[in-house]
Amino acid sequence: MEKTILDVRNLRIRYGGASTDAVRGVSFTLGRERLGIVGESGSGKSTIGRALLRLLPGATITADSLRFEDVDLLALSEKEMLKVRGRRMSMILQDPKFSLNPIRRVGDQVAETYLRHFKCSRGEAREKAIAMLEAVKIRDAERVYAQYPHEISGGMGQRVMIAMMLLADPDLVIADEPTSALDVTVRLQVLNILDGLVRDRGIGLIMISHDLNLVRNFCDRVLIMYAGRVVETLQASELDSAQHPYTQGLLAAQPRIGGSRAPLAVLDRKPEWLEEKA
Amino acid sequence: MSAAVETHTLPGWLNALKNILLFLLRSPTSAFGLAVLAVLILCALFAPLIATHDPYVQALGNTLKPPGNGHLFGTDELGRDIFSRLVYGARITLTIIFLVSIIVGPVGLLIGASAGYLGGKFDTVLMRITDIFLSFPSLILSLAFVAALGPSLNNAIIAIALTSWPPIARLARAEAMTFRKADYIAAARLQGASPLRIIVKSIMPMCLPSVLIRLTLNMATVILTAAGLGFLGLGAQPPLPEWGAMIATGRRYMLDNWWLVTFPGLAILTVSLSFNLLGDGLRDALDPKQMNKR
Amino acid sequence: MSFSRLRLGGAVGQLGSIIVTLLGLLVLTFFIGRMMPADPVRAIVGEDATRETYEQVYHALGLDRPVWEQFVYYMRDVLTGNFGTSIRTGQPVIQDILHVMPATIELATFAILIGACLGIPMGVFAAVNKDRWPDHAVRVFSLFGHSMPIFWTGMIALIVFYAHLDLVGGSGRMDQFYIGLVDERTGFLLIDSLRAGEMDVFWSALNHLILPATLLGYSSSAYITRMTRSFMLDQLGQEYVTTARVKGLSRGQTIWLHAFGNIRVQLVTIIALAYGSLLEGAVLIETVFAWPGFGSYLTSNLIIGDMNAVMTCVLIIGVIFIGLNLLSDILYRIFDPRTR
Repeated sequence: MEKTILDVRNLRIRYGGASTDAVRGVSFTLGRERLGIVGESGSGKSTIGRALLRLLPGATITADSLRFEDVDLLALSEKEMLKVRGRRMSMILQDPKFSLNPIRRVGDQVAETYLRHFKCSRGEAREKAIAMLEAVKIRDAERVYAQYPHEISGGMGQRVMIAMMLLADPDLVIADEPTSALDVTVRLQVLNILDGLVRDRGIGLIMISHDLNLVRNFCDRVLIMYAGRVVETLQASELDSAQHPYTQGLLAAQPRIGGSRAPLAVLDRKPEWLEEKA
Repeated sequence: MSAAVETHTLPGWLNALKNILLFLLRSPTSAFGLAVLAVLILCALFAPLIATHDPYVQALGNTLKPPGNGHLFGTDELGRDIFSRLVYGARITLTIIFLVSIIVGPVGLLIGASAGYLGGKFDTVLMRITDIFLSFPSLILSLAFVAALGPSLNNAIIAIALTSWPPIARLARAEAMTFRKADYIAAARLQGASPLRIIVKSIMPMCLPSVLIRLTLNMATVILTAAGLGFLGLGAQPPLPEWGAMIATGRRYMLDNWWLVTFPGLAILTVSLSFNLLGDGLRDALDPKQMNKR
Repeated sequence: MSFSRLRLGGAVGQLGSIIVTLLGLLVLTFFIGRMMPADPVRAIVGEDATRETYEQVYHALGLDRPVWEQFVYYMRDVLTGNFGTSIRTGQPVIQDILHVMPATIELATFAILIGACLGIPMGVFAAVNKDRWPDHAVRVFSLFGHSMPIFWTGMIALIVFYAHLDLVGGSGRMDQFYIGLVDERTGFLLIDSLRAGEMDVFWSALNHLILPATLLGYSSSAYITRMTRSFMLDQLGQEYVTTARVKGLSRGQTIWLHAFGNIRVQLVTIIALAYGSLLEGAVLIETVFAWPGFGSYLTSNLIIGDMNAVMTCVLIIGVIFIGLNLLSDILYRIFDPRTR
């Protein structure tokens, strides 16, 4: 955590036409670490990810500070933002079935990231893309390069996605539920690939998930979100000593091998958590 | 008993109508459509009161007068007042729309709902027939029908009706297919209801809203087709003040007497535009997704 | 391998359904042409013919035979390309139609180009600005085109642009004194005049073509615009659009490099259908502009009641429609990698 990549203070996001904020006063910082953001659907965790990339058309984003390395994300023009997206900050989306363009060869889609941000020939971009496909452990990368998204499996698709998003060597990657659309059998494999690359290259990672166990295993720190707020921030290793009743509730709702066979606890939601300070 | 039912269902029914109207009025474009439609109906109902002259009385000493001098839109080649003819023409336009709709709506609904509900060979054959009808542009097929039946207003209406039921049937079929598996249909069948009864009592009412929207959208096309037939001399015959036919006769004089063709054309344009705007609004109000398809 | 087999299977099934539809077309045109009150014999022999001549023609047309037999003869005639003789010109109907067709195709092709060039960008523009004022403006503009009675707009345009402003040519395909100057090789005047090197004729033809084609194109752009908008909206809601934005593509690049590729196939289908509908407007606009094409031929035969010629025209339009549908299907298969 020697250098801060991201400094978010009092972030508020409101969708156009909505009467309340979807994200209400969220603050956190991120160094070269892996940060998990956990919460149930509608808690605003994905909204934060998209807001960081300024990809929320029609939404109003305000913050006391939204600093990414040396730039103020809120002050950047759209044109400057184009140089940040993909190059310095990128995002891995949930389901490769939908997040890859169905009518373009997957390799070309990967190479496009490189072409977009570096002056180079198509051939060079292609080489880079193939090297990257190999880096995400795709065997026979040349062949996969020429395939269309509907011809490859979900796990393969998500590896392509990772390759696409890491190709320009960004400093921060947001992974928005990167494995929830995948078969259980390939989840771990894909996560390991992502984890390895992030560690090797010293990339900051924000892992957005509803899966507490997954986040616990792959992140250094965890933010627990509820109704647009961060209710608790913990080291992943100290998750069991969570103070907040909501986090405790989430933990209690997890099934455990060898645990009690009694019905799992039902999550309890108290209205006062809406206003409590994190 | 039945009176009690009526007092119960009527307010709900009226309420829905009121909500739709309110929604339509909120958007300026569909409000415009509604307003034009209202004016059209008023013109048709009170034509004798609104018209300044008799639409059929010729005044050969007063032909081809430009707008003004007691003739709001001028006079035509026989000295008839164009404004009054337009007002009376509203009756013809409304008659066409009304008759076509009450023929096409039930026919399309029945055919489509039956095809969708019964499925199988019946469906295949019916849909093949609609395919054949759909493989012509509607004006061309109406042209052919009128040519065979002989040119007249009634035949034009029949021809338009004959050519415009297939899209309605298609739509009703698609709707019916989504309902046929529903539990309450199965319940009706288990109670021993005949297929006809199920189609009429249970399936057709469910298809009604989308069919109504489609009919509204269709009206613009109906108006344009009718006007086109009138223009080609195959629809309403002189001296009827049908707008398309008025343009056809005015065509001979159009270079020197622009008002002969301009005003009837504007009338057609305004009415068909307002039906299109209205249909668009209705689509937003009732059925945002599926009407996008043809 | 499986790719070609799949396509073959689809094609065979499609061929079957096309044959059925074509047969239906024949039944329909036969029914309208023979079974309706209009008397085909009267149209040929005229009002004052003697009873004898009438009977003779009645027999010659086979009207005294049973209906199904008549239909068999009709089908045989159609299949052998015998569509009968036009009362008006005395030529075989099919020959007449082949002669006038290029004029209409030239007009319709120009019109569809204008319609697509107008409709596609407008639809994309409207989708991108959904529910904001550009969207509403595009909607009203395109509905306007969809609502205008094209025969009337044609007249108004003639009054304004030809009679008053003198910007374009008036009726017909070219100015009077150019008629007959160029050999009709293809029948497409623009091509024929270019080949003959007659630039004056070319410009005159273009000058006459531009107004009716623009009007037709405008009226067809409504449909193209609406469909483009709705296809585009579908695509803009897709995740891969977000992916492209995350990679650093601008809005414009995302729309044209990614989303547009995904609606291209659908657009081809729409344009093929719109081309068919153009023929409808062409009938009316040809009458207004005295365009010596298919529409004029159809209407002039309608007026004299030559049902044989009329029904042949209707049949041909039906066949063109089916052909266009088939074409759009084939293009769909070629363009979309998922159907391979």
